Amino acid sequence: MTIAPDKNSTELVVPEGHVKLVIDGVEVVAPKGELLIRTAERLGTVIPRFCDHPLLEPAGACRQCLVEVEMGGRPMPKPQASCTMTVADGMVVKTQLTSPVADKAQQGVMELLLINHPLDCPICDKGGECPLQNQAIAHGRSDSRFHEHKRTFPKPINISTQVLLDRERCVLCQRCTRFSAQIAGDPFIELLERGAQQQIGVAKEKPFQSYFSGNTIQICPVGALTSAAYRFRARPFDLVSTPSVCEHCSSGCAERTDWRRGKVQRKLAGDDPQVNEEWICDKGRFAFRYATADDRITRPMVRDAETGELRESSWTEALQVAAAGLLAARDANGVGVLTGGRLTVEDAYAYSKFARIALHTNDIDFRARPHSAEELEFLSGTTVFTNPDNGVTFQGIESAPAALLVAFEPEEEAPIVFLRLRKSARKGTTKVFHLGQFTTPAVEKTFGTLLACVPGAEANALNALPDHASDVVELLGKPGAVILVGERAAEIPGAFTAVARLAERTGAKVAWIPRRAGERGALAVGATPNLLPGGRHVANTAARTEVERTWGVEEGSLPANPGRDTTGILEAAANGQLSGLVVGGVDPFDLPDPALAEKALAQAGFVVSLELRPSAVTAHADVVLPIAPAVEKSGSYLNWEGRRREFGTTLEGTGALPDCRVLDTLAVEMDADLFTQTPAAAAADLARLGEGAPSGSSLNVAAPLQSPAGAGKAVLATWHRLIGNGSLQVDEPHLAGTARPVVAKVAEATAQQFGLETGGYVTVSTERGAITLPVETDDLPEGVIWLPTNSGDVTVRATLGAGHGSIVSVSGGKS
Amino acid sequence: MFESLKGFGVTFGTMFKKVVTEEYPEVKKVTAPRFHGRHQLNRHPDGLEKCVGCELCAWACPADAIFVEGGDNTEEARYSPGERYGMDYQINYLRCIGCGLCIEACPTRSLTMTNEYELADDNRQDLIFTKEDLLAPLLPGMEQPPHPMRLGNNETDYYVNGPQLAKEAGQ
Repeated sequence: MTIAPDKNSTELVVPEGHVKLVIDGVEVVAPKGELLIRTAERLGTVIPRFCDHPLLEPAGACRQCLVEVEMGGRPMPKPQASCTMTVADGMVVKTQLTSPVADKAQQGVMELLLINHPLDCPICDKGGECPLQNQAIAHGRSDSRFHEHKRTFPKPINISTQVLLDRERCVLCQRCTRFSAQIAGDPFIELLERGAQQQIGVAKEKPFQSYFSGNTIQICPVGALTSAAYRFRARPFDLVSTPSVCEHCSSGCAERTDWRRGKVQRKLAGDDPQVNEEWICDKGRFAFRYATADDRITRPMVRDAETGELRESSWTEALQVAAAGLLAARDANGVGVLTGGRLTVEDAYAYSKFARIALHTNDIDFRARPHSAEELEFLSGTTVFTNPDNGVTFQGIESAPAALLVAFEPEEEAPIVFLRLRKSARKGTTKVFHLGQFTTPAVEKTFGTLLACVPGAEANALNALPDHASDVVELLGKPGAVILVGERAAEIPGAFTAVARLAERTGAKVAWIPRRAGERGALAVGATPNLLPGGRHVANTAARTEVERTWGVEEGSLPANPGRDTTGILEAAANGQLSGLVVGGVDPFDLPDPALAEKALAQAGFVVSLELRPSAVTAHADVVLPIAPAVEKSGSYLNWEGRRREFGTTLEGTGALPDCRVLDTLAVEMDADLFTQTPAAAAADLARLGEGAPSGSSLNVAAPLQSPAGAGKAVLATWHRLIGNGSLQVDEPHLAGTARPVVAKVAEATAQQFGLETGGYVTVSTERGAITLPVETDDLPEGVIWLPTNSGDVTVRATLGAGHGSIVSVSGGKS
Repeated sequence: MFESLKGFGVTFGTMFKKVVTEEYPEVKKVTAPRFHGRHQLNRHPDGLEKCVGCELCAWACPADAIFVEGGDNTEEARYSPGERYGMDYQINYLRCIGCGLCIEACPTRSLTMTNEYELADDNRQDLIFTKEDLLAPLLPGMEQPPHPMRLGNNETDYYVNGPQLAKEAGQ
């Protein structure tokens, strides 16, 4: 029932910290410090604007949002920019709706902006979704009074291989420069010149190098910044926009996927204040053509007994062959399952259940990268039970007094975490400490402090923190402080133990931030050797019984002993202790020992590969089953916070099947029921299981004593770059061009010791092989050399078989 | 009796009127000059395409008969003056209602209509006209794209002084 408001109570109550003002004759209460343009927006009055952006600092650059303002009964002499003026008590504001003065001022500004704006809407990528076009049509004049020649610039210029700048179209709103300076911290793009020649530009020979450059394209209110990848591909009215979730890193950013005629044309950042705000990184924005690569596998393939080659087959045949082979292998020595880190929660759940029910094994591991037993202990004891309610979140990072980053390079591994760190560090809220090897761009851009140590000695450094850096420990003791651990910690003995001890001592919350989107989800659904879904330990009889009941399998049928981890599975397959392998989306060259992986794949009696594109795994597989890429299936990811990020199918009706469906059908052939026909069914089946009880972890790995590397040797530091040789970045030449230069980094003293010249080359070698690349000096500890793990010609794991903390031989010049 | 005579009278009278039967297809009817027939994608005097792939025709089309995808001209392969050209262009004549709104929408006068009205076939595929079917024939002096701009240094020369430059180039 609606009650008519009492006449006497219409007087607005002004709460503490608020002011009362009048906009267009309507009284409104606004919090102190709010910008006029936002207050008007809350009232439903949209004041036209170009430069204003809620996440950027006010600039008042475009002057489109002029309104008439009266303070204390005295009108201001000129119309004021509502995007820079904050509300004040007793203010009387008249927007274009009620004030002819404001309306005329806005029309004048519009006319001025259009004087030099070219009439190339038909060839402009922004045409159809252009704020300038929309406002010119809504508020502008129908013809121009300016008949002279427009100012022209050569167009367009490449400010990076991906971003194109058309200066004629620019209205100098400075959204791009403000984004780069404030949000991303890559001020490679700036305002140049003065007066009519004022323009956006980059320094000569210095491209717009940023992992976040795509955001400037999205927030550009005109078509001045466009991307080479989407250039001239489509018009907004051709595109169907589907909300989606990024499949690249563990942040789980909200995205909008625009597609046309069954093909993804572009991805834009979605708006999710809890996760990615309105930004995404360039990898998430531009790397999507792997799904339409020419060599994509679309039909099942079976290895022909006679020729030994893979040949296309029907699904029926492929599934029958796979089921028969897996049953035989299971009954021989057993089958191991490697799932990779890119699966949705539902798909990982299907693998987990498939291993337990159809293969009767706990030999399943999602970690297609260096890993350790200590890591597994940490993950299954603590991380698996974290969620946004009890753990670290993006917003938690933003309000943390201190953040200690252990073996974690935020800009390269989880760029949105980096943006949050920078945001709060810039405000002065968070003090950021990086436990790493050298002052990376991320250290500088988060105004951070580097706690440098030799690779592999991170655990010792953490243990020594109370003695050597008591200020850090003190800050971490404040409520809300966080410790962020990266996937590289698995390569450092004792790191997780040291982190857990430090967290216990200080009370700081710990978050594990893996690189891949599916790792946290795979952990939650038990795609690990020691866990069942929901964090239940396999050795726990009560937990096992609970799962057996829910799954409707015979009691006591689930294997009770923890299985082998990735390396264990590969070793067992290589020496015949395992007869078969089921591999889904694993690149053997990401594994700690690619040679062992190759050997295992070749030696294993029967290999089933669920893959998108031909790989080193399909080369050895007996049966290859094609599966759907993220855009062709629905599902969800669990991001590093433990937040469920659901997404629907973007491209319907392609016929591609998600892993969970393929495994369900394969299991039926093997006489087992997974009930994961669709992602929705898998999710429902998983939801019935719920979460188990934490069993606690007993981390006790001692940090090793570092021995000197020896003459001619150095300790290798290495981590993955955001843009490199990743298998989801194929077919993206424009994106690849924005990758950081591939160089090795050493300290000045180390360079002298090995006789390396700046600008020269260095050869890094192990008994497996050698890599030669340019070398630069930086502030690394002595006797340490840093290489990107997998960028360009530098493939540390494949060529050297080495990792973070390995000892490598170093020599100057080309070998 | 009188009625039947009246009927024959009509027949008799018609014998002296002008015959309306068309001798199609032996004799093809000449249409009105502005008849809305098959579309044509025009060329600049040197043979470069006028279409810039802007999709405004597709946008204007009330029958959703036009599909366009733009492409990027490069120095190696240039199809039109300026940055953008129509990489893919299709008109579905099973959908087209001949309204001509696309012609009005075209910003470069690339798309016009010819008087050709023989647009019938026995299968769907042949009635989807692609760029090759729609492009105007090469006249003397024209050159099949891709080729560099022959009439000027940039697209402004083509749009502002096209005919003049063509005359000077002797085309």
